[in-house]
Amino acid sequence: MVPTSYYLILSAVLFGLGVVAFVFKRNVITIFMSIELMLNAVNLAFVAFSQARHQSDGQVFVLFVIVVAAAEAAVGLGIIILMARNRQSLNVERVDLLKL
Amino acid sequence: MPILDHLWIIPLLPLLGSAINGLLGGKWPNKVVNSVALGATGLSFAFAVEAVREFLTLPPEKLPFAPQHYFDWIVAGNFRAGFDLQMDQLTVVMLLVVTGVGFLIHIYSTGYMAHESGYYRFFSYLNLFMFFMLVLVLAANYVLLFVGWEGVGLCSYLLIGFYFLKKSASDAGKKAFIVNRIGDFGFMLGMFLLFRTFHTLDFTTLFAAASNPAWGHEVWGQFGTFTIACLLLFMGATGKSAQLPLYVWLPDAMEGPTPVSALIHAATMVTAGVYVVARSHILFVHSETAMVIVAVVGCATAFFAATIGLVQTDIKRVLAYSTVSQLGYMFLACGVGAFSAGIFHLMTHAFFKALLFLAAGSVIHAMGGEQDMRKMGGLSKKIKYTYWTMLIATLAIAGIPPLAGFFSKDAILLSAFQIEGGHPLYAIGLLTALLTSFYMFRLIFLTFHGKQRYDEHHVHVHESPWSMLGPLVALAVLSVIGGWVAAPALWGGPDYFTSFLAPVFASGQGAEAVNEAAAHQLEIILAIVAVASALIGLGVAYGLYIRQPGKPEQIAKSMRPVYNILLNKYYVDELYAAVIIKPLLWISTNVLWKFVDVAGIDGTVNGIASGATSIGDTIRHTQSGNTRSYAVWVVIGAIVVIAVIFFWPAVRPVVGMVR
Repeated sequence: MVPTSYYLILSAVLFGLGVVAFVFKRNVITIFMSIELMLNAVNLAFVAFSQARHQSDGQVFVLFVIVVAAAEAAVGLGIIILMARNRQSLNVERVDLLKL
Repeated sequence: MPILDHLWIIPLLPLLGSAINGLLGGKWPNKVVNSVALGATGLSFAFAVEAVREFLTLPPEKLPFAPQHYFDWIVAGNFRAGFDLQMDQLTVVMLLVVTGVGFLIHIYSTGYMAHESGYYRFFSYLNLFMFFMLVLVLAANYVLLFVGWEGVGLCSYLLIGFYFLKKSASDAGKKAFIVNRIGDFGFMLGMFLLFRTFHTLDFTTLFAAASNPAWGHEVWGQFGTFTIACLLLFMGATGKSAQLPLYVWLPDAMEGPTPVSALIHAATMVTAGVYVVARSHILFVHSETAMVIVAVVGCATAFFAATIGLVQTDIKRVLAYSTVSQLGYMFLACGVGAFSAGIFHLMTHAFFKALLFLAAGSVIHAMGGEQDMRKMGGLSKKIKYTYWTMLIATLAIAGIPPLAGFFSKDAILLSAFQIEGGHPLYAIGLLTALLTSFYMFRLIFLTFHGKQRYDEHHVHVHESPWSMLGPLVALAVLSVIGGWVAAPALWGGPDYFTSFLAPVFASGQGAEAVNEAAAHQLEIILAIVAVASALIGLGVAYGLYIRQPGKPEQIAKSMRPVYNILLNKYYVDELYAAVIIKPLLWISTNVLWKFVDVAGIDGTVNGIASGATSIGDTIRHTQSGNTRSYAVWVVIGAIVVIAVIFFWPAVRPVVGMVR
């Protein structure tokens, strides 16, 4: 059986990749995908703990996360489409009206 | 309904009158304002008379009449101050003087103020003054007395500054208020000290406790509690009753309307200090030091003010200095232990000084506002009633028998003569009596006799209306007969006034009249000496101002330095300005304003504001609008949270992590 720590290391690596991509990439779709990556890294950690401790709480949480991620994908993609239409661009640097 | 059980009605009526006139009177015609104000004071006078009648017919077993407790006013710890009113012989005298003279002056005011604007305001203030004065004389503890004390000070301020558009009037009001505050400060400290020592400020219990011979040296000693408390109370009295060194406000207070000068600054309020000393006589007689200081201050003030009065040319100012001088007499009487003589002089003085002021007001009225005696002269034929009443008052104040002032002044001088070491006090008192007679007849001669020195085309001299003359006549009658209660003493009979007040001052007067026959002989001799000195003053005034009208100027010229000092009132105002006011102004301007206010307070407030601006300016740049920078902040925040939880185990339970 694969030790729990392996799952956790994989989860941390995936999450770290997500963070790095989230911060450094400019394309909004890539950023969006990095968020999905982080969510799934967390999901992996949840199910790993669930299996290791023989409790179902973690799996329930994963289901919640998947549902929320799906909803978020619908809203997020809608926003991205609007942004592409209005700015003719997917670069987040171009969207900077949210300031004083 | 016996009024004696409802003493509160007496002060309440003027308060109601004041409130009604003050709140609603602005739109009313003068007649309605009159009836409210006169009704309130008249009723109050009637109730006072009735209360006095009931008091005098009380069966002996009910005396002394217990203070009436109406409600608790201040209760804090073991301190209790109630709204308590009392009635005793001293109160009887004060009550009748205040309401009686007050009522007459109210009547007079309806004539005098008839053409002034702010008529309702004037009567509202005047009624308010009556209220506070009655609270002062009826109060049964120091705290309530102090309420009246401060209240009359307030009304004095309001009425001195009645013509508030005139700068000198509003300045005089402020001066009176501030100088009185200095005295009041001492008064309050005196109350605190009394409370600390005796744990009560009710007159009955306090005086009973004070008479307890078990007190130790720190209370009885030369600089014990009694001495200090008495001197502090006396400091308040010097402020209110215009004694050295706090007398400076009273002459300036003449800026107020003349009825105000008569009521507040001659007859009633300024005697409050004498009343307090007399009321506290049990404390004073226990402290020889305090008594000597009271006597010396009173005597010095009497002489000092009389000398200034010699050369003043403003008719009201002469009377003002005369008032200061006469108040000095009253304190002299208290200081030598003759409290009843002091109160007696207070009463007669209220009659003739109120009359003098009202008559002076009538003269001013007749002259169309002129107050300078050098511009009068020869008025006796034109305003006969005013002349005769004022002449009676002058004879009374000069001490010519059988008028009121003779008896009271005689009683004071006799007491001063009889006390051990009192001969210098007596001598100065006698000299002051001579000066008093001189400056009062100088006033009469300058105003009513001699050549007319005004321009008849500009000044239409006319007698005042009867609303003004009536009170003059009434007060003239009182000035004549007011002293007769003490008259039998002169031919060996009882002094009814002293024996009337005896229950109050019983403990205060011990050493008087040891040898009856010798004392009586002495009294006759002293009376003759006093009358002689008054006549000398009259004669000198007659010689200088009637026989040789040019002579005073020559004398003034030949004694230029003395004359200038007197004319400028010993430069006391200038001295106070240089010693106290200038340094205070300097400190206020350069330290309090430019340093504390501008640099300290403004600096702090403005510093906080500009600090907030600059901090905002700095951290504003974090809000760049760049989505990725926000993302970085989120990441940094997450890292910080995790780091804190990791390196600082103590917060783990706080964020919900339980091991």
